[in-house]
Amino acid sequence: MDWQALSLSLELAAWTVVILIPAAILIGRPLAWRRFRGKGWVVALIALPLVVPPTVLGFYLLSAFGGDSVIGGLYQSLVGRPLVFTFQGLLLASLLFNLPFAVQPVQRAFEAVPPSVREAAWCSGLSAWRTFWCIELPLALPGIVSAIVLTFAHTMGEFGVVLMVGGNIPGDTRTMAIAIYDRVQAFDDAAAGAMAALLLAVAFVAIGLVHWLSARVARQHD
Amino acid sequence: MTELFASLRQDSPIPLAAELSCGPGEVLALVGPSGGGKTTILRCIAGLHRPAFGRVGFDDAVWLDTECAIDLPPQKRAVGFVFQDYALFPNLDALGNVAIAVPGSDSALRERRARDLLARVNLKGLETRRPHRLSGGQRQRVALARALARDPKVLLLDEPFSAVDQVTRRRLHRELLALRRGLNLPMILVTHNLDEAMLLGDRIAIVHHGATLQTDTPAVIMNRPISAQVARLLDLRNIHAARVLEHDARAGITRIEWRGRILEAALAVAHPVGVTVDWVIPPARVLMHRRERPSRGERENPLLGRVIACVVHGTEVHAEIQLTDGDRNAAGAAVEDVVTMHIPIHAAERNGLQTGIDIGVSLVSESIHLMTGTR
Repeated sequence: MDWQALSLSLELAAWTVVILIPAAILIGRPLAWRRFRGKGWVVALIALPLVVPPTVLGFYLLSAFGGDSVIGGLYQSLVGRPLVFTFQGLLLASLLFNLPFAVQPVQRAFEAVPPSVREAAWCSGLSAWRTFWCIELPLALPGIVSAIVLTFAHTMGEFGVVLMVGGNIPGDTRTMAIAIYDRVQAFDDAAAGAMAALLLAVAFVAIGLVHWLSARVARQHD
Repeated sequence: MTELFASLRQDSPIPLAAELSCGPGEVLALVGPSGGGKTTILRCIAGLHRPAFGRVGFDDAVWLDTECAIDLPPQKRAVGFVFQDYALFPNLDALGNVAIAVPGSDSALRERRARDLLARVNLKGLETRRPHRLSGGQRQRVALARALARDPKVLLLDEPFSAVDQVTRRRLHRELLALRRGLNLPMILVTHNLDEAMLLGDRIAIVHHGATLQTDTPAVIMNRPISAQVARLLDLRNIHAARVLEHDARAGITRIEWRGRILEAALAVAHPVGVTVDWVIPPARVLMHRRERPSRGERENPLLGRVIACVVHGTEVHAEIQLTDGDRNAAGAAVEDVVTMHIPIHAAERNGLQTGIDIGVSLVSESIHLMTGTR
């Protein structure tokens, strides 16, 4: 078992969740209720990482983050370190390829809040902020937790994008999925098996949680 | 003047041409077919829909004035709104649903007021129930308590009785009537149920395609609709067209000609001689002639016809009479005019009223109401 890889994977997953979930609420809530030109394109763009092969996505991110690129160059001049093959670069890539896993459940959750309930809140004198905080957010919470679980589990297991953008640097970019590949290449089946079993368990728990939460929502809205 | 007023006008997306006002302690019932814009009028008052043109306000406070670009959000308008599906907050219990709408920052005070309100709508003991564990009638009461929690100046009720069964509905009607005595608020009730409007409304506004066609007390609305359109929306029987012949002010009658028959109606000088008018008479004011014993009343607008349908409704018999007098068509047959008559069951039995018989009826002249013609 590569404990360093495990802790790195956990760290990456945690940071991804912390940054991505508020962003997903900011993006998913207006997508649920507002109508605007080009909404279909925005929705499609967010869903893109679901269908684009991870290595393809990784290839474009690698080009976009490289020292010669605008983003990579800007980052290097500000921070003094390159973006590719670092944890920060990996995190940025993780935020992008997890976008659909975070935004879609949040959007569905806000879509399920009846418009009349929000209007009732306004007619009860609740400000827009209090309506969001006391009514919308609690009602959307199961969807938000689903987004957290899916994002976390997906980050733990992502391989293609991580390998392309982060490479395989112990303690910096070698996540669990990379470590498993690494161990199999070295014929260390015992370590690979232990780590694979752990990721399997994580995935299983994640799916179980999501199902339990959606059942809870169904009960509340009956 | 502590009155709610609203004047709304727009062509699209939903046409509106509404004028209404409602005083303290008054229940104004908006009645009309489904999809007729009643809910939209309510939403305009609450600030949930902005009409193209209009003014809405209470007392001296103006909530909406499209000319002065005033449009207060729902939070700034002192309205209590009971939604059709109640729209309770599913994440809060009954007490929480009401307490969150009580203004102020002292949570103990807010909770106490919420408890008082729940007790007032007869929900004591159900404070900790979530909405999905309440019955339809209980949800409606929570919605009502929540609407009252912010101390509204106006109470708006959108089809509040449509989602409950008949028995519960009758009980909620009684409760609302009892509640309004203690409130002294203008209340606007939207309903598609005319009986409900007659029962609960002090005044009724007939709404069709977003327009308030007539606003009057239930008795005036039912007996003196301003047009055949209103009469049809009220599902009134016996609506026909006629021509004004003359006004006889001394006798207090206006004579009209209806397909070859001369009828005497209540004096209505507003309709000039020669114009075509619509007229209506309540079926209860169509009197059946006794077959054996003719009386003096039979000289009042007598008509002859054959009973073509006879149905018992509660304590009354509703009969349809196809008239055999009046104008003939080219083939010499009588023009098919039908008059509906409602008479008590005992009177129908005594006179042997049944389908197929030939009878004479009289129209009580003072109950014939003339309306400006549409043709």
